[in-house]
Amino acid sequence: MSATQPLVTMKGRKDGLVLVMDEACAYRDLVRELKEKLAANTNLYKEGPVISVKVQAGNRYISEVQRDQLKEIIHSFDHLKVEDIQSNVMTLEDIAKKKAQEKIVPIARIIRSGQVLSVEGDLLLVGDVNPGGTVSATGNIYIFGALRGVAAAGSDGDGKDAVIVASIMKPTQLKIGQVISRNENGSVEEMKEDHLLECAYLDEKIGKIVIDRVHAALKKRNLSLVLEKL
Amino acid sequence: MGEAIVVTSGKGGVGKTTTSANVGTVLALQGKKVCLVDTDIGLRNLDVVMGLENRIIYDLVDVAQGRCKLNQALVKDKRFECLSMLPAAQTTDKTAVKPSEMKKMVDELKSDFDYVIIDCPAGIERGFRNAVAGADHAIVVTTPEISSVRDADRIIGLLEQEKQITPPRLIINRIRQHLLKSGEMLEIDEIMNILAIDLLGIVVDDDGVISSSNKGEPVALNPSSKAAQAYRNIGRRILGETVPLMVLDEKNGFFHRFKSLLGMR
Ligand SMILES: Nc1ncnc2c1ncn2[C@@H]1O[C@H](COP(=O)(O)OP(=O)(O)OP(=O)(O)O)[C@@H](O)[C@H]1O
Ligand SMILES: [Mg+2]
Repeated sequence: MSATQPLVTMKGRKDGLVLVMDEACAYRDLVRELKEKLAANTNLYKEGPVISVKVQAGNRYISEVQRDQLKEIIHSFDHLKVEDIQSNVMTLEDIAKKKAQEKIVPIARIIRSGQVLSVEGDLLLVGDVNPGGTVSATGNIYIFGALRGVAAAGSDGDGKDAVIVASIMKPTQLKIGQVISRNENGSVEEMKEDHLLECAYLDEKIGKIVIDRVHAALKKRNLSLVLEKL
Repeated sequence: MGEAIVVTSGKGGVGKTTTSANVGTVLALQGKKVCLVDTDIGLRNLDVVMGLENRIIYDLVDVAQGRCKLNQALVKDKRFECLSMLPAAQTTDKTAVKPSEMKKMVDELKSDFDYVIIDCPAGIERGFRNAVAGADHAIVVTTPEISSVRDADRIIGLLEQEKQITPPRLIINRIRQHLLKSGEMLEIDEIMNILAIDLLGIVVDDDGVISSSNKGEPVALNPSSKAAQAYRNIGRRILGETVPLMVLDEKNGFFHRFKSLLGMR
């Protein structure tokens, strides 16, 4: 490897700094050179506004631990903020997980009292969830029918962005991520009159689950992204 | 080859036995060969409602355990030549018979009778599994109360998992007109919305049901009672006829909405 070929190339752009990393060298050489390069150019970002940094790792796999380490190194310089670490490489495990989470599972049946339906990904249910019945999904829940039982979206724990949409929203209990609301006064913030197709989402400002018309919820959340998948 | 219909509900005391006795009676009235089977082992009372208690010699547990032939256990009705009953045992419990044994008995009965009506005990355990084991069709009985509808929903979910049984049909029992009018009772369409199965019939709450059960004479035999009319219509629907629901309230006829549920436009 010739000494003239840099392992880390810094490029200044209008919207911030881009760090292009060699994809063939040893990771520890990369880290060493990154530190050197950043330290040598402090005059560029000693003062002034925060500069956003994009790291382009190319065809190199960056593990979670390495990701954190790179961030830590870059953040040790005051005015730098990592916006993204891009890599073209994913593990098979990551892909399988991602696929499962992005999957829409269509099911047509009535979930009756005592029945539980759990899916990985988004649930698209054509049918009712009766009182005493439960549906849960690691992603979002869309019900073309009446929700009268229990629905839990984002059920793998940190799915606080998940939404629950139902033609008729009369749940006994809703759960989004870790937040539960029962159908009692005050536990669900209802902003509706009587609409078909309603959407429940977690309003983090008030820490409560809110039920609203779909298009109103759509404006507040980036729901359009979610619904595009349908 | 006849067909077997199980009458079930989940919740107790909603009218399974009354329905079994009366459905069996109206089918016999139409000239069908009918056998009533009481699977409520330990708490039998179909025999009492039919007025046949004193004729019992053997029961279904005797048959299952080989103490007698199926034919010997059958009790003939006193009114109809074509109506028989296979009584439950009173001295053991529900584990005395296995679902496979139950199915064998029902299959044997189906070769001799047009209809085998199986009266199911309350609950979702062994007794229920015995009762559904040999059934081809199911009737779910509910009253217009939330707890009863909830249990009916649970039972429908379980019946839907029994591949050999056709989609269950519903009888709403003990409708009380004054409560319906004052809005204190679950409305029929609310029940239909939740359960979402075909409606086989609606039976009013009728004092005649209680007095006739006490006499051992199914109410369906008394043509002047409203409940009897309802059971006769249910019988005709089971036979495949299209019969409109009785209009209980002539003035605003709130049953017209359910015509579509019964396959009428
Ligand atoms: N339509 C009706 N009008 C008035 N009384 C009724 C009606 N239907 C049933 N009953 C009464 O309700 C009581 C319970 O009925 P029944 O024994 O048929 O219920 P069940 O579901 O078989 O009960 P179990 O679960 O104990 O077997 C009886 O006293 C019966 O006479
Ligand atoms: Mg009974």
